[in-house]
Amino acid sequence: MSDAVITVDQLNLDYKLGNRWLSALKDISFGIMPDEIHGLVGESGSGKSTLALAMMNFVAPNARITSGAVYLDGVDLLKKNSAEMRQIWGRDISLVPQDALAALNPSYTIGDQISEITRLHEGLSKRAAWDRAIEMLRQVRINDPKAIAQRYPHQLSGGMQQRVTIAMALSTHPRLLVLDEPTTALDVTTRAVIVDLFRELIRENHAAALYVSHNLGLVAQLCDRVTVLYGGEVMACAPVQELYKSPYHPYTISLLASLPHVTTGTETRLPTIEGVAPSLAERPHGCVFATRCPIAIDKCHTEKPPLEVVQGDRLIKCWRWREIATGEIVIDTSPKEHPMDTAPRAGVVLNANALNKEFDRPTLTDRLLMTGKRPVHAVDNVSVRIRQRSTLGLVGESGSGKTTLARLILGLETADSGTLELLDVPLDLTLGKRSKKALRDLQMVFQNPNDALNPFITVGGQLARTIQRLSMKPLTRAAIQTRVLELLNAVRLTDAYVSRFPAELSGGEKQRVAIARAFAADPALIVADEPTSALDVSVQSVILNLLKDLRAAKGASYLLISHDLDVVSYLADWIVVMYLGEIVEQGTVEQVYATPSHPYTEALISAIPVADPTVKRKAIRLGGEQPSPRNLPTGCRFHTRCPRKIGTICETTLPPYTDVGDGHFIRCHIPAEELIALQTSEPLTERKT
Amino acid sequence: MIDAFKQFIRRPLPLLGLLIVAIFILIAVVGPLIAPYRFDEIIRGASRQAPSEAHLFGTDRLGRDIFSRILWGARDIIILPMLTTALSVFFGTCIGLFIGYRGGWVDEVISRLLDSLLAIPALVLALVMLGTIGPSTFGIILVIVILYTPIVARVVRASTLNIRANGYIESAKLRGDTLSYILFREILPGVLPALVVEGALRFSYAIFLTASLGFLGLGVQPPSPDWGRMVNEARESFSQTPWALWYPAGAIALLVIGVNLVSDGLRRVFRYEGQLI
Repeated sequence: MSDAVITVDQLNLDYKLGNRWLSALKDISFGIMPDEIHGLVGESGSGKSTLALAMMNFVAPNARITSGAVYLDGVDLLKKNSAEMRQIWGRDISLVPQDALAALNPSYTIGDQISEITRLHEGLSKRAAWDRAIEMLRQVRINDPKAIAQRYPHQLSGGMQQRVTIAMALSTHPRLLVLDEPTTALDVTTRAVIVDLFRELIRENHAAALYVSHNLGLVAQLCDRVTVLYGGEVMACAPVQELYKSPYHPYTISLLASLPHVTTGTETRLPTIEGVAPSLAERPHGCVFATRCPIAIDKCHTEKPPLEVVQGDRLIKCWRWREIATGEIVIDTSPKEHPMDTAPRAGVVLNANALNKEFDRPTLTDRLLMTGKRPVHAVDNVSVRIRQRSTLGLVGESGSGKTTLARLILGLETADSGTLELLDVPLDLTLGKRSKKALRDLQMVFQNPNDALNPFITVGGQLARTIQRLSMKPLTRAAIQTRVLELLNAVRLTDAYVSRFPAELSGGEKQRVAIARAFAADPALIVADEPTSALDVSVQSVILNLLKDLRAAKGASYLLISHDLDVVSYLADWIVVMYLGEIVEQGTVEQVYATPSHPYTEALISAIPVADPTVKRKAIRLGGEQPSPRNLPTGCRFHTRCPRKIGTICETTLPPYTDVGDGHFIRCHIPAEELIALQTSEPLTERKT
Repeated sequence: MIDAFKQFIRRPLPLLGLLIVAIFILIAVVGPLIAPYRFDEIIRGASRQAPSEAHLFGTDRLGRDIFSRILWGARDIIILPMLTTALSVFFGTCIGLFIGYRGGWVDEVISRLLDSLLAIPALVLALVMLGTIGPSTFGIILVIVILYTPIVARVVRASTLNIRANGYIESAKLRGDTLSYILFREILPGVLPALVVEGALRFSYAIFLTASLGFLGLGVQPPSPDWGRMVNEARESFSQTPWALWYPAGAIALLVIGVNLVSDGLRRVFRYEGQLI
């Protein structure tokens, strides 16, 4: 790889844990060519962030590189001392970090921070550096760069902050750009815009880039070549089309198969990868993926496969890749069909009518001081209905009010006005006033499995307490224990988990316990708040399948909150899309995905990157920033960003909430027929030629 | 908990502190039994004696054996602070948990009350109160509890605010758990690390404050062997009997240092909170 911008050659890195040095990266080799966007894909614990930084010779104090080399234009970076590296960092290699706000200094203006880099590396004067900073802000498509340069990081939105870090990284026209999961903190629609920006800027600057991500869709749409990392080792490295369309490594194959997608009409289960990734301390001697590999043979467990060249620059680390390549072995990646009938029944589980919630109302002090403070109207006159055995997917970005709506239904927040009915019985808006019967029927699974369980109480203890509290009559110890074991088994955890503490469980296992707890009293409705967003991709499919199984077995309804339309469309049969406190569209999954669609829904769907590099979604991007919920736009709330805005009517008049057929509602001024015409003339997805 | 203990005794300084405190507690328990003389026993002809074999720490101007007085006095300087610390921790925890969890105007109002108590300097409050009702053990207890409860409540409240946001607390609410269960069984274990450290710190402050009050004559009354008062009494005849000041002062200092070392050790150990309790 003599003409590569950067080549990693047999890199090995250890971490110190307690008193031992544990191998975190083993024999990493790959290269990035000029003008190439190279994706580095892996789950948590795979070592991708460590590798990205190690390539820059940026090693944590408790880590050490034990062998290997990293050649930047032929020069080994690992041989350089910190003084020499300081010349290279920021000038030849730049980093776009994961958390933009944390990476920016809150005490300095944006302009100062961008200037700092060119003043340091190019010796520019204050004036010249400032002008260059303004120019960089313009390049990252920031409107009014002069004003932004004067501002401080906390005054900018998440998307803007990330643009600033990109501007900083590009200001010296580096040879290599390292992007460490740079969009994780961003909303879906903002992310789409930023990723478009990455693509353009990297091409314009003729830079090579390393894009680290766990999101297979993003990598498919953005990258030219991809390296897959697992357990600190390279599993495969290939051009993006080959990796996604004809993968040779069992891990890649299984991972791609386990991604949720729209499955309408059929009752299916995703293929999953069983087991958990090995911890640093328990590195297997053989292939690091062998314990979870569907086609592992004895040799895989005892001998580590070498990193072989398939052809050209395609690499693979598997004993059996040839058999996969020739088609001798085929790993079954089709979703499993389940014959159970889970069509929603007619009855209604939950009826929420005209719910309202405001936060941060002006207090007496505010009024006296005339601060002009306006409240946040988080949920504005929202009504939803959830039927029996149905899953309602509540979709929206931050500030949409979806989480608040769910909390109002649960009673964790008390609605200002409106009514709730659970199984046709009026439900008090205040949690404390609800009957035990009501509590039994309405439970929740939280987003973050790490704080869903009390770290000081055993798994069995927490389940037992829930069972005991929700029971209508007093239960004996034995009865409670039986139920605890029942619940654990239902989520496929063995009896041994009863006496374990949450710290001993993996993220996926904790989430399963949380699900078991939610089902303790056989509720009619479970609110699942982003149940998989904190989990790795390979664990996600296990949890989604579990949720489907339990739904079928117990006949429960779900209120599923998510920003990930793929997850929602996989589980839900009814979708509600929210924007700034209002419902802008609702309907069945088919209706929402097909036209007519609300322009916001269109943008949301378009923003989801498809995990197939040959398929491109039409880019419907939202301009501007999301308005502050304290200062809502007049007329239609979406008009400030709507790509299909028709005129002043959108600014002055509230749009009608119309039924465009079979209970499919859209809140828009554009009539349904026109929407259909507009949206079908330009198809949303197309194959790249 | 065993892991916590093991971690704790691995470091030399906290171990030393633990040893010191253990010795003092031992003295508090068996002191009066092994003391050669009673604390108020005036030995004829033996006043103002320098430390010797007969009188390990010498005698004071009245002819009382200082060594014995220190052994006898250990009780007051340890048991009373222990009691006041325990009470402050108890009340402070209950208040802190409650207002931290409830929030809202209850939190606002009570926090402001606690703030106002915190604003009062310790000795000023002690002088005013004990000056009014007269020095007494009960008075000291009252003063110290009033002074230290708000501090403990603050620490507990801060911890509670952090823990309150966790999913498992909301889960407890959703199953209709009682307030006391949520506060004491769900939240308290998470508060314990900070509480234990603060409790140890309060103990050392309580010892010091009790000794200071004794010094000012507001503590246990003569002839009771209050170390603080012993220091004060020794001031007048310092040129003649310096040992009468050094030994009680040294004892107080050593005890406070010992407790502080323990408190430091606890703080280091509990930095790994969540896994050790």
